[in-house]
Amino acid sequence: MNNRKTEIGVGLFISAGLIALLFLALQVANTGAMANGETYILKAKFDNIGGLKVRSPVKVGGVVVGRVSSIQLENLVPVVSMEISQDYHFPETSSLSILTAGLLGEQYLGLEPGFTMEGMEIEILKNEDYIQDTKSALVLEELIGQFLFGQNNED
Amino acid sequence: MSDNTYVEVKNMTFSRGDRVIYDDISLSIPRGKVVAVMGPSGIGKTTLLRLIAGQIKPDSGQIIVDGEHIPQLSRAALYDARKKMSMLFQSGALFSEMSVFDNVAFPIREHCNLPEDIIRSMVLMKLNSVGLRGAADLMPSELSGGMARRAALARAIALDPQLIMYDEPFAGQDPISMGVLIRLIRSLNDALGLTSIVVSHDVNEVLSIADYVYIMANKKVIGHGTPAQLAKDDSPLVHQFMAGESDGPVPFHFPGEPIEQQLSEVFK
Amino acid sequence: MILDFFAGIGRKGIELFATVGRAGIMLINALWAMPKLAQNFPLLVRQLYVVGVQSFAIIVVSGLFIGMVIGLQGYTILVGYGAENSLGPMVALSLLRELGPVVTALLFAGRAGSALTAEIGLMKATEQLSSMELMAVDPLRRVIAPRFWAGVYSMPLLAFLFSAVGIWGGYLVGVQWLGVDDGSFWSVMQASVDFNRDILNGFIKSFVFAVVVTWIAIFRGYDCVPTSEGISQATTQTVVHASLAVLGLDFVLTALMFGD
Repeated sequence: MNNRKTEIGVGLFISAGLIALLFLALQVANTGAMANGETYILKAKFDNIGGLKVRSPVKVGGVVVGRVSSIQLENLVPVVSMEISQDYHFPETSSLSILTAGLLGEQYLGLEPGFTMEGMEIEILKNEDYIQDTKSALVLEELIGQFLFGQNNED
Repeated sequence: MSDNTYVEVKNMTFSRGDRVIYDDISLSIPRGKVVAVMGPSGIGKTTLLRLIAGQIKPDSGQIIVDGEHIPQLSRAALYDARKKMSMLFQSGALFSEMSVFDNVAFPIREHCNLPEDIIRSMVLMKLNSVGLRGAADLMPSELSGGMARRAALARAIALDPQLIMYDEPFAGQDPISMGVLIRLIRSLNDALGLTSIVVSHDVNEVLSIADYVYIMANKKVIGHGTPAQLAKDDSPLVHQFMAGESDGPVPFHFPGEPIEQQLSEVFK
Repeated sequence: MILDFFAGIGRKGIELFATVGRAGIMLINALWAMPKLAQNFPLLVRQLYVVGVQSFAIIVVSGLFIGMVIGLQGYTILVGYGAENSLGPMVALSLLRELGPVVTALLFAGRAGSALTAEIGLMKATEQLSSMELMAVDPLRRVIAPRFWAGVYSMPLLAFLFSAVGIWGGYLVGVQWLGVDDGSFWSVMQASVDFNRDILNGFIKSFVFAVVVTWIAIFRGYDCVPTSEGISQATTQTVVHASLAVLGLDFVLTALMFGD
C-alpha cells in the first residue's frame, strides 16, 4: 500500500537526520572530555595573560582537563578562573603557564602537576583555590625589545 | 416562525466593502422541500449559501437554521451545526490528492469512529446512489465534470445531512448529465427527507424540480412563489428573468458613465 | 503632498500589522486544534514525507558541494599561512554555525515552502478548504497544522544532514584530494568544535528558521487571493519573505549567540 512506502520513507529520513546528529556529536565535536560532568573552579593570578580568552582550554600534557571560565582584574592584577573536571585533582605545587599552540595558534593554559611526597603535607587544590606558581604569556614585542636591549649591552 | 420552516432569513443585510450585496432580504425555506434561488449571475447567490452555512456573517438581520441563530454561534457550536448541513460546490471541490472512494469516506472518517468495513459499505452505497460505484478507485482528475459533481454529491450525503445546498449544480453540464443531476436532486430529496436549496440561473431545469422559487435581483428578492405562480407573475423584473430577455429592469450594461461622455473624453 | 506620503506609510504600516495579526491568529488556531494525536499522526507522517523526504536529495547534494567548495577555498587561503591543519575546524564551524542552518532554510523555502504555499492556495482556489469547513472539518487542523509541524520537525534534521554531508565533502577535498593530514583534520576539528556552543546553537537557529519559514509558507497559501495570479504571487512572496526573514534573523541570532 502507498501508506507503507510513505512510512518507510519518513522512517529513513528521520534515521538519516539522527545519524547525522550522532556523527556531528561524536566525530566532529569534542564531547568526550567535557560534555557532561561536574567541574570545580581553580584560580590563578598572572602579570599578563596575552591573548588568553574565556573558553580557552586548560591542558595537562596536551590533554584538555578544563576551560577558562572567566578573566577579571582584581586590584589591577588579572585573575583567571578555570573550570576543571572533577576527574582530575592537582597538588598545590602545580604550576600554570600560558602557552601558544604553534606560531599562530590559539593560546591555552598549560598545567604542570607538582610532585606529592609522603609526609610533606602537600595539599590537593580544592574549589576556589589559587595556583601560586604561574608564568605569564610571552609578548612578542617585549621579547624583541629584550633581544635588542641585550644586543646593545654587548656592544 | 412555523415548525415547518427549516431555514429562515430575516431582514438580512450584507455588504462586501462598500458594495451592498443584500439589502434587507427575507427568505424562508420549508422543511423537506426543494427550494430554488434564482437570479442573474454576479449578484452573490453563492454568498447567500455561505451566509447560511455561517462561513461569513451578515451586517445585520437574522439567519436561523433548524432553530439555531447561525451568526451568533461560537466556533465549536457552528461546527456542530454544520454536521447537519452540506453543500455541493460549483466545482465539486473534491480533494485532489485522494481517490473518489476516500473523498466520500472523508467526512465519515473524520466524524465517526467506525471500523473500515462499515465505512466501506456506507461509501459504496452512497456511490451506488449516484451511479459511480464503478469509479470508486479513480482520482478526481480522471473524472468528467458531471461525474465529479456526482461524486461530490455522494460526499455531501455521506453523513445523511438534513440540508443540502447546491451551488449552480447545472452550470456547464451537457444535457445528459444535467438530466441525471436533476433526477438525483429530486430523488435524494424525497428518499432521504432532506431540505434542498438550489442556487441556479438555469430557469427551465430549476422550474422542473423546485417546489418553491425565490428570484433575486438588485440586492432584493423580486419575486417568489411556486413555479406555476411565477409563470403567471406580471412584474417586469420577474418576466425579464423567466423569459431571458437581455435588457429590461435588470440592465444589460454594468453601471457606468454614459457612453457618449466617455467617448467624447477619448477623442477630446 | 507630504500628508499623502505619511498617509501612504500609515496605510502600509496598518496593512503589515493586520497581516501579522491574521498570521498569528491562524497559527494559534492551528496549534490549538492539534490535540487529537491518534487521528493526526498519519497526516503528520504524510506531510513529513512530502516536506522532508522530498527535500532530502537537494539538501544532501547541496551540502556535499558546499562542503567541497569550503574545503577547496579554505585550503588555498590557509596554506598561505602554513595553517592547512586548521581546515577541519574551518569547514566544520562554518557549516555548523552558519551555512547548515541558513542554506538549509533557504533551500527549504524554495523547495518545500513554495510547494506548501501553492498547494494550500490551490486548495483554497478550488474551494477544497471551504468544502472541508462545511463538512465541519476544521481545515486549520486537517490541512494547516500537520504541514506546520512537518516543517518544524524536518528542517533541523535536514540541517544536521546538510552539515554532516558538508563536513564529509570538505574531508573529501581537503584530505583525499589536497593531502591535508587525516588525523589532524579530525583532531583539530574536535578540539575546536564544542557541542553546546556550535551544534546546539546551530540546532536552535534551524529550529527558529523552521518555524518562521513554514509559518510564512502556510500563511501565504491560506491567505492568498484564490486566483491563479494570486497563487503565483503568494508563492513568490513565500520565497522572498522567507529568505529575507531567515537572513535577517540569522544576524540577530548570531549576535545573541556569538556576539560577546
